[in-house]
Amino acid sequence: MDILIKNGHLIDPAASVDAVADILVKDGVIAGIGTGIQEGAQKIIDASGKVVLPGLVDMHVHLREPGREDKETVATGTKAAVKGGVTSVLAMPNTTPAIDSPEHLRMFQDIVRKTASSHVFAAAAITKGRAGAELTDFAALKAEGALAVTDDGSSVDDDALMEEAFRLAKKCGLLVICHCEDKRLSQKGVINLGLMSTELGLRGIPKEAEYHRVERDLNLAAKTGCLVHIAHVSCRESVDLIAAAKKRGQPVTAETAPHYLIFTDEALETYDPNFKMNPPLRAKADRDALRQAVKDGVIDTVASDHAPHTESEKDIEFDHAEFGVTGLETECASLASEFIASDQMTWMELARLLSSAPAKILGIDKGKLEAGRCADIVVVDPGREWVVTKAGFASKSNNSPFLGRRLKGAVECTICAGKIAYTSKKNFS
Amino acid sequence: MNMSRNPSWERKDLLGLKELSAEEISLVLSTAESFKEVIGRPIKKVPALRGKTIVNLFYEPSTRTRISFEIAAKRLSADVINIATETSSVRKGETLIDTGRNIEALKVDMIVMRHSYSGAAVMLARHVGASVVNAGDGWHEHPTQALLDIFTLKEKLGRMEGIHVAIVGDIAHSRVARSDIWGLTKLGARVTVCAPPMLIPPCIGEMGVSVTQDIQEALAEADAVNVLRMQFERDSGDAFPQQLEYFKNFGITEERLKKAKKNIIVMHPGPINRGIEMSSEVADGANSVILEQVTNGIAVRMAVLFLVSQAAENRKARRTKSAKTESQVLAPGSLIGAPANSLLGKPVNT
Repeated sequence: MDILIKNGHLIDPAASVDAVADILVKDGVIAGIGTGIQEGAQKIIDASGKVVLPGLVDMHVHLREPGREDKETVATGTKAAVKGGVTSVLAMPNTTPAIDSPEHLRMFQDIVRKTASSHVFAAAAITKGRAGAELTDFAALKAEGALAVTDDGSSVDDDALMEEAFRLAKKCGLLVICHCEDKRLSQKGVINLGLMSTELGLRGIPKEAEYHRVERDLNLAAKTGCLVHIAHVSCRESVDLIAAAKKRGQPVTAETAPHYLIFTDEALETYDPNFKMNPPLRAKADRDALRQAVKDGVIDTVASDHAPHTESEKDIEFDHAEFGVTGLETECASLASEFIASDQMTWMELARLLSSAPAKILGIDKGKLEAGRCADIVVVDPGREWVVTKAGFASKSNNSPFLGRRLKGAVECTICAGKIAYTSKKNFS
Repeated sequence: MNMSRNPSWERKDLLGLKELSAEEISLVLSTAESFKEVIGRPIKKVPALRGKTIVNLFYEPSTRTRISFEIAAKRLSADVINIATETSSVRKGETLIDTGRNIEALKVDMIVMRHSYSGAAVMLARHVGASVVNAGDGWHEHPTQALLDIFTLKEKLGRMEGIHVAIVGDIAHSRVARSDIWGLTKLGARVTVCAPPMLIPPCIGEMGVSVTQDIQEALAEADAVNVLRMQFERDSGDAFPQQLEYFKNFGITEERLKKAKKNIIVMHPGPINRGIEMSSEVADGANSVILEQVTNGIAVRMAVLFLVSQAAENRKARRTKSAKTESQVLAPGSLIGAPANSLLGKPVNT
């Protein structure tokens, strides 16, 4: 189907485009960009007053399939993605079984081919069964299409093994994504160690548990010359370490998640498990440091760390509630309402953070609005307000910290590979 | 709000002292005063909660708190049901919320809950319409214990503003310490916490207390010392001091009290480990108010059960009042004042 998106405000950080124009989509690719395109199309989208961005790229997503289809599936997770304007996701390998062999990767890719509504890229595990003991076959996983390796959810504790992983990843051209957590320090902690953990009588997770491991991983990556990406940065000290490494010229990238930029551990006041995630929400000073790091480019991208869980895993005693929150459907809107609505961020910056930057980190041909490219496009109404409700989620789970909140900025239409993957009905019938 | 008036109690639940205002705490204390008179009568029962059903839902072994709540409820003529259950297998079987909803479906008016996990009472209260009274949740809060501590202090000292209270012992794992800190500081008392470093939680100073590891320094200016129970049987894996070493460095002895204010009040939430937290001489000595605390606990818990039972009516009264601004409506305090007095006035026999 041919689609003509008319009079939208095009934002393309890759080509520094920031102007009102039309986009014509034909045969799955962008056929033309320009003003006053007259060509007919089966579908015409009036995007006047709307922002048109390259489809968003979320490099930290737990789709849960195979193994935990009660929480999410590739089908529901990618529906959630396109509903949030995300057309490409990097799926984390902590499924059951873990994506730790070419066979498991093929099995996953088969599910993707059959059921996905967005592009799905795969990260494979660093160690077999994510057990931290034996490396997976990086070369074979790379050949099978893995873009990165990570034991996300855990960190590889064995320094020598991690060094070997970096060496091998460099050799194979794989990005290493580090979940930085020293379990000897985080132990049985459930929220940030500080005034809130004291007031609430909950076990704390010290920031050292994160940044000691950031430091180790940066050192090992530097020693081996391997590309490294630090996942879900939550505290100031990690930011400082990453900034220093970048200053030294080390090839490192980093991500944080919307919740770390928007909330602090004070949100835990009511023991709401939808604010329980790992790493935990930190203090205001950390949140402010992360905001600054995003501005300064120390943090390259924002990813959701979409971590769906069932209600029966969340709505229980706080200590036992699972770590993690969903985020695919709220990441664009939450950042827009928090930062663009208050003039602390532009749509250009948001498009860089959520689209062109992660595409570049992953080395995928995404995050651009350019004739001839695969048509991944999202149309956002910057002025429309909406309330986050359980019933509104496309995800199978609704463990969102934004539940009940009014957000400003709504995805109106998502086009993935030239097809309309999502529309907010009323405007695009 | 007009502070010169008695505030009325509008909270469905009592979950902790953190969220209470000084006025609300004072309301509990003054209500408890009336009830203390009741429990001193030959016939100790009033019909205030006749027809109401209270479930004591205890997920953690507790004798004295459970009995205190049970007596309080019975003195108010409520029907009481005790449920004792284990938390060891919370992930199997019925969830806390399901249990709460089932209890509510039995048309229970109030649930008094003790639970080993912090935040459990908050969670239960969010999911049930019945009133929830927190009888201790994990390390978080034990509001009725703090209220009875404060009631006892006020009875002894006549005031709270400016008094100095030392809290000694396992601050890190103590819900009593947290509730005491909230309640005492809200009423204008100065609080010093004293413990070995491993039992002082991070940032506790930001809760408005002084911190010391020197017991003599903690006692020096104290009008009262609240000595917390040391749970040496705890097997959490957290660092913990040796018993003898603890007594040597932090135990309350007559010798240490000699260097404190002459009339220093010695409190303990019980049960006491004699020879560990304090010597037997101190526990049984002239400064000790430990048994009075137990008696006061009944009056305070009667007050709490009574007040939360009135909350819905009080909220309704306020709404009616704000709806017809100038009309004659009962003053907020009168729901406590008039009906309470009439209820207190005539003993009932059942």
